[in-house]
Amino acid sequence: MADSKYVLEVKDLHTSFFTDAGEVKAVNGITFNLEPGKTLGIVGESGSGKSVTAYSIMQILAQTGRITSGEVLYKGDDITKYSEREMQKFRGSKCSIIFQDPMTSLNPVFTVGYQLEEAIRLHTNKSKSEARERAIELLKLVGVNDPEKRLKQYPHEHSGGMRQRDMIAMALACEPDILIADEPTTALDVTIQAQILELMQDLQKKLGMAIIMVTHDLGVIASMCDEILVMYGGRVCERGTADDIFYSPAHEYTKGLLRSIPRTDNMNEKLVPIGGTPINLLNMPEGCAFCPRCDEAMKICLKEVPDELRISDSHLASCWMNVKKLYESKEA
Amino acid sequence: MSEEKYLLEVEHLKQYFPIKEGFRTVPLKAVDDISFAIKPGETLGLVGESGCGKTTVGRTLLRLYQPTAGRIVFDGDVLFDSEKKIDVNMHPYRKQMQMVFQDPYSSLDPRMTVEDIIGEPLDVHKLYSSKGERRDKILSLMETVGLNAEHAMRYAHEFSGGQRQRIGIARALAVNPKFIVCDEPVSALDVSIQAQVVNMFEELQEKLGVAYLFIAHDLLVVHHISDRIAVMYLGHIMEIADADDLNNNPVHPYTLSLLSAVPIPDPNIARKSQRIILEGDVPSPLKMPSGCPFRTRCRYATEQCAKEMPPLTDRGNRHFVACWNK
Repeated sequence: MADSKYVLEVKDLHTSFFTDAGEVKAVNGITFNLEPGKTLGIVGESGSGKSVTAYSIMQILAQTGRITSGEVLYKGDDITKYSEREMQKFRGSKCSIIFQDPMTSLNPVFTVGYQLEEAIRLHTNKSKSEARERAIELLKLVGVNDPEKRLKQYPHEHSGGMRQRDMIAMALACEPDILIADEPTTALDVTIQAQILELMQDLQKKLGMAIIMVTHDLGVIASMCDEILVMYGGRVCERGTADDIFYSPAHEYTKGLLRSIPRTDNMNEKLVPIGGTPINLLNMPEGCAFCPRCDEAMKICLKEVPDELRISDSHLASCWMNVKKLYESKEA
Repeated sequence: MSEEKYLLEVEHLKQYFPIKEGFRTVPLKAVDDISFAIKPGETLGLVGESGCGKTTVGRTLLRLYQPTAGRIVFDGDVLFDSEKKIDVNMHPYRKQMQMVFQDPYSSLDPRMTVEDIIGEPLDVHKLYSSKGERRDKILSLMETVGLNAEHAMRYAHEFSGGQRQRIGIARALAVNPKFIVCDEPVSALDVSIQAQVVNMFEELQEKLGVAYLFIAHDLLVVHHISDRIAVMYLGHIMEIADADDLNNNPVHPYTLSLLSAVPIPDPNIARKSQRIILEGDVPSPLKMPSGCPFRTRCRYATEQCAKEMPPLTDRGNRHFVACWNK
């Protein structure tokens, strides 16, 4: 295994779905690095490719979907070249995922305990009773009261918040290095959402895993993430720390997004919506994906996809406006 | 309360659903004794967690359910009064009270064209004298909500979520209502589309003077659109106040924790804020705690809370709170 500073490196990842209507390019060249113990937030609207990125890393795409090019390096090892058997070992023990809907991601015909123990026994050579002990330990860790009783229950006997705790317990069963959370709190109420987010931060401190947080909720990532990727049309349009993204956004899409959400300081002002409708991935524009909805679009935006431009040490954005500003400041 | 004229007054409204439990039938108290009032052209936001009865309130107001008890007065007319046994025929009032639903995918008939969807309320209430007039009305409604005339012959599945919600709003506006119940109208939409629809609701209110009951679980959106906000928990209103007042000076412990749980899209505020994490889950409405329903998760709960539900009392400035300890 090659040494690497990063626990996960994604290099120029492209993922497409081959449907009857044509090739749907869901992810178009996405690159990022994840340091151990850090939290990366991926934010975007539906269809921006954020979930497909997560599924591509885990290689759990639908049958029509395929990684068409790019590399995903886990500690320097390219996992896109793994066989299915190697991937099975990777999933769950090195990298786990929790899904949006805790109602449908547990199997209704098995008890929670059975499903938890299954995950443990698959990846370790623990005996049945050892696995049960570990399952109880895990449920305690994620804050489920009376775990012995809860293990014997079926998923429908658990509330939504508790099911998401079950899912987190299952994901953490083998202490993975990476936890991918795909909209983990979207289906939950705000008070339960607060509990789950708090739990994830606590567990990260205790176990030191890296988290990839996929969400559409700008509020959730504002408090959670060390680095944020803003995605649109299968590409990263801006990346930086929370402060970079929220206080000095450098991409027109991020700016528009921040103007369009109600915040504490704009309650009595009108919201400024982004015009138009989200992009159709079957029919991607040649240039910048956001350009049909962008107020500042220029000629070049129609033709060429902008490269990422470094704005500060931690902050990069791919928008021609920044290139224009750079030229103007040089001329002046 | 009578010095100002209210469009809608609700007093001691109860909505129980019978649930069969083996041989017994027990009441599920979805809405238990709530009172509020809405002025013409005003927006009342209704927030609370899932299962707290906020959708039931909206539906009971429009009499999609038969209320168990209480009194509903709309525009000076008593629509329902359980004590005086008043229960009017709702048909003429449906012209004045309409509803926009949460899910723009299931609230439109997939076999009807947009023209027919928006035209159906016009047909039901016979609001036109000729086919030409019907079409003109439909086209002007479509224009009001920002749809093009060429969309009229299309079917609902040809539209995006935001556009579908516009069709639903046009349908509600077709009869020129004074009051619209908006049941989570933006929660199924993408962030960038949400703002379009929220703005449209605000513009329509300015133009047409319609009052809203805006039901949602996103507190930031509700705060933005509402004049007043009511916070519900397990069928009871816990606190009701002007929107800014409620957000700046929340009194009820449940409102406090609800507001602190909202993730604020501003890193500096998010880092500073202390979340008040509520223990446990919402109790089942079938096994409601005695007294105040929130006491099982409340930090300030005392013996009195277990005995009796606190009444909504005015704390000044039309800020009503139902709590014994605060």
